Amino acid sequence: MNPILQVSDLKKHFPVKGGLFGTTVGQVYAVDGVSFEINRGETLSLVGESGCGKSTVGKAVLRLFPLTAGQVVLDGKRIDDMSAGELRPLRRKIQVVFQDPFSSLNPRMKVRDILAEPITNFGIATAKDDIDRRVGELMDKVRLPRDAVNRWPHEFSGGQRQRICIARALAADPDVIVCDEAVSALDVSVKAQIVNLLQDLQAELGLAMLFISHDLAIVEHMTHRVAVMYLGKIVEVADKRDLFGAPRHPYTEALLSAVPVMEPGAQFQRIILKGDVPSPIRPPPGCRFHTRCPYAFERCRKEEPKLVATGSNHLAACHLHDLPEAENPLLKTTGATAFRAAQLGAA
Amino acid sequence: MSAIMIPAGLAVAKPMPDVLPPVNARRGFIGYLRRYPTIAIGGGLLVVMLFVAVFAPFLWTKDPTSLAPALRTREPGAEFWFGSDMLGRDVYSRVLYGARVSLLVGFSVAFFASAIGLAIGLFAGFIRLADSIVMRVMDGMMSIPPILLAIALMALTRGSVQNVILAITIAEIPRVTRLVRGVVLSLREQPYVDAAVASGTGTVMIMWRHILPNTLAPLTVQATYICAAAMITEAILSFIGAGTPPIIPSWGNIMAEGRALWQVKPYIVFFPAVFLSITVLAVNLLGDGLRDSIDPRLAKKL
Repeated sequence: MNPILQVSDLKKHFPVKGGLFGTTVGQVYAVDGVSFEINRGETLSLVGESGCGKSTVGKAVLRLFPLTAGQVVLDGKRIDDMSAGELRPLRRKIQVVFQDPFSSLNPRMKVRDILAEPITNFGIATAKDDIDRRVGELMDKVRLPRDAVNRWPHEFSGGQRQRICIARALAADPDVIVCDEAVSALDVSVKAQIVNLLQDLQAELGLAMLFISHDLAIVEHMTHRVAVMYLGKIVEVADKRDLFGAPRHPYTEALLSAVPVMEPGAQFQRIILKGDVPSPIRPPPGCRFHTRCPYAFERCRKEEPKLVATGSNHLAACHLHDLPEAENPLLKTTGATAFRAAQLGAA
Repeated sequence: MSAIMIPAGLAVAKPMPDVLPPVNARRGFIGYLRRYPTIAIGGGLLVVMLFVAVFAPFLWTKDPTSLAPALRTREPGAEFWFGSDMLGRDVYSRVLYGARVSLLVGFSVAFFASAIGLAIGLFAGFIRLADSIVMRVMDGMMSIPPILLAIALMALTRGSVQNVILAITIAEIPRVTRLVRGVVLSLREQPYVDAAVASGTGTVMIMWRHILPNTLAPLTVQATYICAAAMITEAILSFIGAGTPPIIPSWGNIMAEGRALWQVKPYIVFFPAVFLSITVLAVNLLGDGLRDSIDPRLAKKL
């Protein structure tokens, strides 16, 4: 089966303007060579810390801005070099739910008009009755009362607004939904409701999801595969169980060690990374993580590691895997990962 | 509800008195005016001025242009309520008719400057290449004080109310353009605009449906300030003889004519000045109230 969304060597650089005449004085390498694919009905989570380029990847696959380089193939068609006019009908296949439910709804449009916009744009329905019927069905899908369609966005709570955003994304009947930190702004109980709603809808409609998040607990709960980003690059991609149970990149290992473990009395060694993320304007040479990596050696400072298979369906970009197995610190199971692997195995 | 069993020896607090005041906050238009008294005061004064301007012929006025040299420079009294000027014209009638010119100029300039500034601002905010050119032109225009620009424009044409409106409108457009462009640039970054793009909405519809309605609130507030500024500019232009022709009574004209006599007959300048001040105050109060009611955060932007 062909993947529904295929991204290869995606790059997005933003110019840095400066000087008297606003000339370009540098580039922000926000996303610098990212490749992944998502199959139908699958959730791929994109995790990483703030500013690593997660959201830029999301906006790039939605073609909300032109790309610097790379290919985006949506359902067999290249969309990265399409003109706006050509692309418009194809936008139906990929929709988005943003982080902030308060600024993602136009305050001057009623819910009905918000949901009707994609329906009329894509010609899914034209008659007023058909549109109203579809809007009603969408409200049912996201578990909101049908008579709420005549209200304004400000009359809803954050969680309800996020349901409206999900309904808008579903209105186009898409194949892929990009959830850009879709639950990060919600409080815990509402977060759980929205996550469950997304999972139900995925099972019901066979949606593929690109789930962009920094919340590893949510990711662990709802994803099939995980891609870890650091400073504009993917450093590791694997199935959920492999990634959480046996991380093969020092950054992933450090990230996972920061997740609290739900076990009374359990004490595991935490890996505390030193320093800050380097500036994406001047990324370090070699491996981008070498400035903070506890295992970095000479080669890491010079040569950039490639994303290579380290197991079945497990890719990682780290020179440590070229060492003999006995010397590779990543292959030693630590307490936390073993515990998590056991938990995932039991689940 | 079942009665709660209270163990022996346990003190029970008395029920709390109803500490919340009774809810009698009024809704609707009256409630709105109560919450924003500046709108009520400013709007009320403005309505009175509009009434005076529209119904000037029926408010016991005389012909504001009829001369009566024998009755010149009379003090305010029963015959001439606000006195008469050096040509014997009734200052009361002239002031009331003068309200027509001031309000017409104020409202027209506010409307046209907003409409044209909105169009240019939307254009500049959406098209990057146009932005740098248009905004540099606007910066150039803004570097000239609006009154000087209006005087210069009036020097090119004949004095008439239409030309005054045109000159002040041109002088006020850059401010509106700058505001609208700024709002458009910030709205373009809103997630709902990105979501609309992803929903297949075209650029024109994005502007019309998602950008334009959200610029109207700050624009309305700005329009009231422009209205007030335009009335003052009109009076200044008339005062220095570069605006409304002297044959039309406007507050600026009346003050200009009374200027020579103002130390001996101050009422000729006093009454139009009071009317102008009250009207400008009313419009400004209305603008402040609207700003507070639409978005308290706007106070910082404008």
